[in-house]
Amino acid sequence: MKLADLQADFQQWLVHASDDAAGRLGPAAGLAVYQNNYRGQLVACLEHSYPQLQRWIGEEAFLGAAVRHIDDHPPHAWTLDAYADGFHATLAVHFPRNPDLHEVAWIEHALGQAFVAADAAPLNPAVLAEVDWETARLRLTPSLLHRPATTNAEAIWSAVWEGVEAPQGEMLAETGGLIVWRQGFNSVLRQLDGIEYEALLHLQANGSFAALCELLAERLGEEEGVARAGAFLAQWISSELITGVEAD
Amino acid sequence: MPASNPRFPGYGLGLRKEHYRDFLETDVPVDFVEVISENFMVAGGQPRHILRQVRERHPVVLHGVSMSIGSADGLRQDYLQRLKTLVDEVQPLFVSDHLSWSRTGQFNSHDLLPLPYTEEALDIVCRNIDQAQEALGRTMLFENPSSYINFDGGMTEWEFLSEMTRRTGCDLLLDVNNIYVSATNHGLDINAYLNGIPADRVRQIHLAGHSQGRDLLIDTHDQPVPGSVWALYALAMQRVGSVATMIERDDNIPPLPELLMELSIARNLGAIQSKLAEAA
Repeated sequence: MKLADLQADFQQWLVHASDDAAGRLGPAAGLAVYQNNYRGQLVACLEHSYPQLQRWIGEEAFLGAAVRHIDDHPPHAWTLDAYADGFHATLAVHFPRNPDLHEVAWIEHALGQAFVAADAAPLNPAVLAEVDWETARLRLTPSLLHRPATTNAEAIWSAVWEGVEAPQGEMLAETGGLIVWRQGFNSVLRQLDGIEYEALLHLQANGSFAALCELLAERLGEEEGVARAGAFLAQWISSELITGVEAD
Repeated sequence: MPASNPRFPGYGLGLRKEHYRDFLETDVPVDFVEVISENFMVAGGQPRHILRQVRERHPVVLHGVSMSIGSADGLRQDYLQRLKTLVDEVQPLFVSDHLSWSRTGQFNSHDLLPLPYTEEALDIVCRNIDQAQEALGRTMLFENPSSYINFDGGMTEWEFLSEMTRRTGCDLLLDVNNIYVSATNHGLDINAYLNGIPADRVRQIHLAGHSQGRDLLIDTHDQPVPGSVWALYALAMQRVGSVATMIERDDNIPPLPELLMELSIARNLGAIQSKLAEAA
């Protein structure tokens, strides 16, 4: 048998437990070890990547979703860590009416992504004295990840992480945002209200502080808008979300 | 033909998360540490920071699990580029991977799957090793695998390893536990194996434990090195002499002193072997 054919048969055995492929490959006892290693390693990867989600929904429900994911989505990337990337889609299919669960899963995955994102030193506040705010463009940390928040997933995830009873899942009165980024070597999570989330996305899109002031003035009025822009900026700098400022 | 790696007659451990603090805050008595390359082929964050700190204290071996040197359709360029970046930064003592395959087409099993020891497989493996060594700019080590299936390929594993090193100039990482596991599972002659490998190309030895499965021995790396593997290590040293030796523990990780105790056994066996070699 050509090596390419043998490897295709092995894939069929691992992914689909094909009896035909097994018959061409060799003894059942040895093949069973490889099948067990393959599936066990993928389950372990998902458990490692989503520990709080597993604790929250229970081992049985998590394993059911993991098995479905492994059956439907064989791994492709060179790194095993990437296998956690597509689990959200399977959860959305497996639990279609649980937006809180989808958001908890996103949080957990984003925390893992931010942990190994590119390094960037936080902005030194001392440079702000020299900044021309009319033309200043702000750079956000490359570890920043975000998504809309429609449920109390942040409260649920935080409670599970702290080991206390998680609140019941519920929809938020107003859509906000979830952001995850890295402070030093630690991934952190924060839930934003709608206006701060819109402001952060706006800044990420064009970098201009003047444009941010304009947006917030439009939303909140001139005086309140500019004051809020300053408050957001101070908050984002102190929490290491801003990593650079440049004149346009 | 790339030059063989220099011999490094030291004793080391695999760097595992459970022992990061020990390695960063204390003077751990090892001559080198080995890390899993893929764990550090990331953009940034704590893993790279820790590796840089450890590298300041110890020589580092980069040991990969995802090169898939036996893939019939060749190696992934993006993988080689990422590994090259890490190699350039770490300046490792050795760069190693396994004589196995993990990927075919777009499918990646993330397991070390067995190869048939055929002329065709040998051609493919050698072509891939040439590509990897050229991309990395250095001679690699390849590790003999544990296996649970033994294809009838016309060559023994040691014949395959010998020809592979001869054609590509690569060196060997001899995993003594893997020899024991595969020999037990397939009824191989351990003495023939040790006598058949190109001993002058071995640059590193792995020592590990295994578990008894229902039908086969399983290479679990979750147990102390058993007596059977220590005995085989003593035999292997007679063949290959003094080379970098380490305890490879990947699961059920014990406190560091337990691993250092195991490493001291390896040191003592090495010292005895050296004296015997001097006397001979």
